[in-house]
Amino acid sequence: MVADAELLDEESFQKNELHVEPAGDICLSVRNLNVWYSDFLALNDVSINIPAREITALIGPSGCGKSTFLRSINRMNDLIPSARTSGEIWLDGENVADPNTDVVRLRKNVGMVFQRPNPFPKSIFDNVAYGPRIHGVNDRRELAMIVEKSLKRAAIWDEVKDDLHKSAFDLSGGQQQRLCIARALAVEPKVLLMDEPASALDPISTLKIEELMHELKNEITIVIVTHNMQQAARVSGYTGFFLMGELIEFGRSTDIFTTPRDKRTEDYVTGRFG
Amino acid sequence: MANSRIEKLKSAAGYIVFWVIAAILCLAYHMWLPAGAIICLGLVFLPTILLDGLAKQKYIFTLLSFSALFVVLPVLAIIYLLTVKGFPAMSWEFISKPPTNMMRDGGILPAIVGTTYLVIGTLVFAVPIGLLAAIYLSEYAKPGRFTRIVRLAIVNLAGVPSVVYGLFGLGLFVMMLKLRTSILSGSLTLAVLTLPVVITAAEEALSSVPRSFREASLALGATRWQTTVKVVLPNAVSGIVTGLILGISRAAGETAPILFTVAAFYLRDLPHSIFDQAMALPYHLYVISTQVPNAPPKMQWGTALVLLIMVLGMNLVAAIIRTKFRRSKKW
Repeated sequence: MVADAELLDEESFQKNELHVEPAGDICLSVRNLNVWYSDFLALNDVSINIPAREITALIGPSGCGKSTFLRSINRMNDLIPSARTSGEIWLDGENVADPNTDVVRLRKNVGMVFQRPNPFPKSIFDNVAYGPRIHGVNDRRELAMIVEKSLKRAAIWDEVKDDLHKSAFDLSGGQQQRLCIARALAVEPKVLLMDEPASALDPISTLKIEELMHELKNEITIVIVTHNMQQAARVSGYTGFFLMGELIEFGRSTDIFTTPRDKRTEDYVTGRFG
Repeated sequence: MANSRIEKLKSAAGYIVFWVIAAILCLAYHMWLPAGAIICLGLVFLPTILLDGLAKQKYIFTLLSFSALFVVLPVLAIIYLLTVKGFPAMSWEFISKPPTNMMRDGGILPAIVGTTYLVIGTLVFAVPIGLLAAIYLSEYAKPGRFTRIVRLAIVNLAGVPSVVYGLFGLGLFVMMLKLRTSILSGSLTLAVLTLPVVITAAEEALSSVPRSFREASLALGATRWQTTVKVVLPNAVSGIVTGLILGISRAAGETAPILFTVAAFYLRDLPHSIFDQAMALPYHLYVISTQVPNAPPKMQWGTALVLLIMVLGMNLVAAIIRTKFRRSKKW
C-alpha cells in the first residue's frame, strides 16, 4: 500500500510546478481529493504532501475549502449527510479516505482543535481524561499521569494544577482553548488539526497558542487553518494557498509570503485580494 | 407632520367604521354575545391605533401582561376551589381506608394505590422505549423516508383522542394479547399515550445539547454511542426528566384510556399483582360524581383534590430537577 502511494507521488506531483515537495519525511499524502456538498464542489482535485513534525498552514479566503480539507483528514465531514468524498489520503500506509477505514482509530491518531474552545461541561481533569477513558484507560494513577503530561504539553499545567476539579467553564477563553489542546494531546495523536484555533482569542492568548505550537511541532505534525496571514507566516514551515476549492500554491512559508509564484497567491498574501 | 396625522386619522376612522358595522350587523341579527365581543375587542385595540411612540409601546406591553395573567388565573382558581371544597374531606381515614357504604363514605385508598401503580407501570414502559426512540431520532437518524414516517407517526399519535387509546388498549392488550383488564393492560395503554410527549420532549432536550460537544467527543475517537452516553445524555437529563414527568402526570389524570383496560368500579381489596384490576383516582371521581346517587359532594371534591395534589406534586418534582440541573449548566 505504501508503494501505491509512492507511485502516485511521481505521477501527480511532478505535474504541478506550484506545489513544492517538502524536504524531510512526509506525514500525509493527499491525492486527487474531491469533496462535494450535495452538488457543490468544495474541494477540487487537491493533491498535497504534508511534511511530518512540521507546521503546515492553510490559508485562503472564506469558503475556499481549507476547513473542508482539514475535516476530510479526520473524516469529520462524514457527519455532514450531504458530503461526498473521492480521492485518497495516505497516513502511515493506510488510505484513510477509504470508507472502510476505522474512523475511531483514525481520530485517535489525528486530533482536532476547533475554532471556538469547546470544553465539555466537566472538570478540567475529566475533560483531559475523556479521551483516554473512552479508549480504555481506567487506572486512576495512569489517568492522573496522562492528564498532568497533557496539560504540561499544552502549557497550561501551571495555571490549573491546583484546581483540576474546577469546571472547565471557569477558565478564560484562551485557557479553555489550551485545555482543548491538552484534551486532544491526551490520546497521543500523530497529527493535530487546528481549525482557526486562535480566531476567537485575544492577542496574548493567541501568542501563547503559537508558542505552544512551536513546542509541539518537534513531536507531532500540525496542520492549521488560519485567516491570519501574520500568524501563518510566524508559525508555519509550509503554507498552502486555497482558492475556490483548489490548492493554488504550496511551498515553504518564507517563499509563499515573500516570493509567491502565482499571481493569485501574491494578491492574497499582500492583501490586494477582492 | 400634518400629513402623517391625517393618515393616522384616516386609518383609525376605517378601523372604527369596520368595527361599528360588524357590531351593528351582529346586533341586527340578535347575536348579543358576538356583538359584545366585537365591541370589547374594538375598544381594547383602538388605542393601538390612536396612540403613538412610547405610549403605544406601554399600552401594548400592558395588553400582553394581562394576556399572560389570564393564563395564571384558571390555575389559581382551580387550586383555590379544590382546596376550599375538598379540604373538609381530608382526613387520615380518607386516604388510608377503602370506600364504604356504596362509596358514599370511607376513604379512597384503593384508588390512590391503583393510580400509583399505573404511574409506575407507565414509567416502566414509556421511559426505555421513549428515551431510546428519542436517542435514535436525535443522534442516529439520517433524514429520509423512514425518519419522516416515524416523526409523522409521533405527531399523529399525540393527536389521537384519549378514548381511542382506551379502545385500542381494550382491543390489543386486553383481548388480543389476553392480558385481561389489569394494571398491566392499563399501564401499557397509558404508556402508548405518553410516548409522543416523552419522545418529543427527550428529543428536544437531546438536540439542545450544543453540536460542538459532540464534535469534540467524536474528534477524540469516541463512537456515536459513547458520545451519546457520556456527553449528550448527561447534558440533556434535566429536559428529559421534565418531559417525562409532565407526560406521566398527564397520564395519571386520564380517565378514558383506563376505562376499558384496568379500572374497576369498586374493589374492597388492594390489587395483588399487575394482572389484577385496580381502582384509579380519575375513574373513581367519575364514578362517585355520576354513578352513585346521593354521594356527598365533599367526597368528590376530596378525590379531585387528592388527584390534583398527586399531579402537581409530580410537576413540582420536575420543576425542582430542572432548576437543580440548570444551575450546573453554563453554556
